[in-house]
Amino acid sequence: MEKRVTFKGIWLPLLLVLPQMLVTAVFFFYPAGQAIWQSLFIPDPFGLSMRYVGLGNFEYLLSNPYYRASFVTTAVFSILVTVLSMGVALYLAVLADRLIKGSGVYRTLLIWPYAVAPAVAGVLWLFMFNTRVGVVTWYLGVLGYDWNHVLNGEEAMGLVVVASAWGRISYNFLFFLAGLQAIPRSVIEAAAIDGARFWTRFRTIVWPLLSPTTFFLLVVNIVYAFFETFGVIHTITSGGPQQATTILVYKVYADGFVGQDLGSSAAQSVILLLIVGALTVLQFKYIERRVHY
Amino acid sequence: MFETPDLECRDISKSFDDFKAVKDVSFAVPPGTFFSILGPSGCGKTTLLRMIAGFQKPSSGDLLIKGRSVLDVPPNKRQVSMVFQHLALFPMMNIGANVGFGLRQRGVNRADIKRQVERVLDRVGLTGVADRPVDSLSGGQKQRVAIARCMVLEPDVLLLDEPLGALDLKLREHMKIELKQLQAEFNTTFVYITHDQSEALVMSDQIAVMNRGVFEQVGTAKELYYEPSTAFVAGFVGEANKFRARVQSLDAGVQMVTDQGQVLHGTAAGKALAKGDAVDVFVRPEAVRLSRDTALNGNAGQGRVENILFNGANSQLILRDQTTGAQMNVALPQTGEFRDLSVGDTVHFGWEPAQTRVYAGD
Ligand SMILES: Nc1ncnc2c1ncn2[C@@H]1O[C@H](COP(=O)(O)OP(=O)(O)O)[C@@H](O)[C@H]1O
Ligand SMILES: [Mg+2]
Repeated sequence: MEKRVTFKGIWLPLLLVLPQMLVTAVFFFYPAGQAIWQSLFIPDPFGLSMRYVGLGNFEYLLSNPYYRASFVTTAVFSILVTVLSMGVALYLAVLADRLIKGSGVYRTLLIWPYAVAPAVAGVLWLFMFNTRVGVVTWYLGVLGYDWNHVLNGEEAMGLVVVASAWGRISYNFLFFLAGLQAIPRSVIEAAAIDGARFWTRFRTIVWPLLSPTTFFLLVVNIVYAFFETFGVIHTITSGGPQQATTILVYKVYADGFVGQDLGSSAAQSVILLLIVGALTVLQFKYIERRVHY
Repeated sequence: MFETPDLECRDISKSFDDFKAVKDVSFAVPPGTFFSILGPSGCGKTTLLRMIAGFQKPSSGDLLIKGRSVLDVPPNKRQVSMVFQHLALFPMMNIGANVGFGLRQRGVNRADIKRQVERVLDRVGLTGVADRPVDSLSGGQKQRVAIARCMVLEPDVLLLDEPLGALDLKLREHMKIELKQLQAEFNTTFVYITHDQSEALVMSDQIAVMNRGVFEQVGTAKELYYEPSTAFVAGFVGEANKFRARVQSLDAGVQMVTDQGQVLHGTAAGKALAKGDAVDVFVRPEAVRLSRDTALNGNAGQGRVENILFNGANSQLILRDQTTGAQMNVALPQTGEFRDLSVGDTVHFGWEPAQTRVYAGD
């Protein structure tokens, strides 16, 4: 099997992992602990004292229709972003895989969106769809469609989904392309000589062999949609109109920093933490089984 | 004897940009033949096979299967099947699904698929494994599954691209025999490519020796071994001692003098020679006789034993000619007569002009 370096004693290994542990402690365990602690209290309006409420914050949250609506919004948003960004990326990767010679240029072009910060991406898309000066809005107007994501919740959702997915396509594309290229050409040719056409080959051979990549991307993209889309949403809709695009992360920010309800905000953070934890465990369990190979 | 060949290539060439990988190759394979293409790595074997399969289009030439040109026929419509270099079994399917894949593509109904898959697995000696995953098999068994996957479609020609390459030596020896038996059992035309001469010699009815994109010689194993028609074949098929020499006279056979100054007599093979030509001379190790005390007639010399490579029936001596300094590999006779020979001893050696093959050099 694999060769591993083994250390004698305990001190050297400890020393080697220490920096990593410190970073994790300072930037993860400490704030996470704080959040869990704070989620059990309600501070008074001036932040001078805290009242212990046990799981009161959670009870209140879960019975709050706005919070529950935000759950649904998040689910819809994450699924749409993930499916859109992975679908487009897979399509492009399959094309690139077929004409791998020209894909150097193609790949470089596709990397660009990834290098754009989410907030900047948000601004870019906002410009295009600006209700008064946006290019796309103007064209849609010419075609007879009155675009207004500031008032229309569904249009707002559509816009943040597209803007968020756009930034992920290149990342997903690279993984899909690498996954496709790792499939031995002879396996595909063996299927072809046996009479399987492109679509059959894709369905019966390529897709199953690609499943580890797909699953990995699924988890990574869902986590992305949950957390890292904050910038996009903040710049484009600020969670509006009427909370139509307020996903859980945005609500943590809105309730905690804008609404100053720190106890509730902390409780929401804890819930998010649990969701990510569950996703991660799921991913590792699945990847350990390795699907194929 | 005028059967339509199962496979025929007419002046097939293939260029990649300005590199010619296959040059004007022509051959015909009669039905039921085990036909091997033997050549060093990179000589264009795979390229030729991929053209026959239909994955690559020849730059020029024609390709016929059962007498019909298939240049415009896609791979899945040609009556050929292929065993790939690394077998290319589908890892996510069980063995039955692997073997039945082609039948499913043809829309055969489930019951028939099941029956045919079981029958072909029977024939390759893998009864009752249809429901097992591919990875539960050994290398040799996977090999047989790969062949079963092809044979279930009853192709006219089965192409095999170095299928034994990934196996270890012992298993390879075993699979050589097994492949030959499978071919006889199915009575299908096999076109087998390999860089391993012993695979080709053992299994084939006909062998084509390929070098730098051209066929040097096509013939039976014996023909290639005893009557190689080019210097490349003489050097590549079987072992041989090789000398460089220059022709002195062509009166009775070829008389020539080696670069080391020894005069040799030989038989011209291949192209016609002229006086003064540079030539390559080949002598098989088993053509050389040994003697302890008496000097031998013909091409002869006396040498010191430099090394003894003991390998049972295939043992060899490495001698150093005392006058010319040339190295000579000699097969150790199996009579045991020379078993007490040791490094440093001196022996006489010699061989017949008839077993000295002379080719025009470059
Ligand atoms: N698609 C290709 N493009 C360019 N050169 C190729 C291609 N395929 C094969 N070649 C070249 O053709 C030669 C023969 O290759 P190949 O047929 O694979 O040899 P073999 O199978 O005998 O080892 C090699 O020099 C290889 O680099
Ligand atoms: Mg090859």
